[in-house]
Amino acid sequence: MAYSEKVIDHYENPRNVGGFDKNDPSVVTGMVGAPACGDVMKLQLKINDAGIIEDAKFKTYGCGSAIASSSLVTEWVKGKSIEEASQLKNTQIAEELALPPVKIHCSILAEDAIKAALEDYKKKHAG
Amino acid sequence: MNHFEFFNLPVAYELDLAELQQRYRKLQQALHPDRHASGSERDKMLAVQRTAQLNDAYQTLRSPLLRAEHLLALRGVDMQHEQKTLQDPEFLMAQMEWRERVEELDAGDFAGIDAAYKDLAAQTAELQGELERLLVANDNEAAADTIRKLKFMHKLRRELEALEDV
Repeated sequence: MAYSEKVIDHYENPRNVGGFDKNDPSVVTGMVGAPACGDVMKLQLKINDAGIIEDAKFKTYGCGSAIASSSLVTEWVKGKSIEEASQLKNTQIAEELALPPVKIHCSILAEDAIKAALEDYKKKHAG
Repeated sequence: MNHFEFFNLPVAYELDLAELQQRYRKLQQALHPDRHASGSERDKMLAVQRTAQLNDAYQTLRSPLLRAEHLLALRGVDMQHEQKTLQDPEFLMAQMEWRERVEELDAGDFAGIDAAYKDLAAQTAELQGELERLLVANDNEAAADTIRKLKFMHKLRRELEALEDV
């Protein structure tokens, strides 16, 4: 199976790899995994008081498409509001990266990572 | 398709593997092409089809994980082709740590690889035991989640094996 140029680019030069200090109160974390392939993804967002995502970092163990999906997502969510980020759909990721059908689950993983991170935000700001 | 019925075995997770193998061999012999050499084309084709089904059923029942999945499918919980993600932060954090540990292992570090295999086997066995309990208790959703977790453990095992292949 051939990877698209965009996947290869993100895979070879992943953006925003790493993590933030999880004790920083502005940092939220989303952890997701895909049982079918055993991929694991951690997405961290730095969200300011105005509810804007200032920065994003990821760490993914998985195939090229999973790494590219998470790398792309960190670029996309930067500067977005929580509301905007929550509307991001896996189909947009799959389309941008030209993922073949067997790799759609990688884009689902990335979408769910954002949702999980925003869920963490809600939890932290509930009290 | 009920794979248990194929072997005339009770539909249950607990299974005597030796008994399964014995029944498999008997059925395999009965379906062997030599036995159908004098039969019609239709007979021969049926025997080939049944052999394919037999092998499929055998491979499924022989593997504890596939057997559990098949059992759940018969109970109406279909896990095949699912694209659902797992969102258990504690388990996934442990998976991340596992991946980091494997990543840092050197192919020549036999003691380290050995220790990783042992830890992995212990954690896998624990989940396997949990799966067995849940299946007996008919707690199918929880059993499905445990199968999902076991898939990550199997992936880790393959990663460790790949390390040794280098």
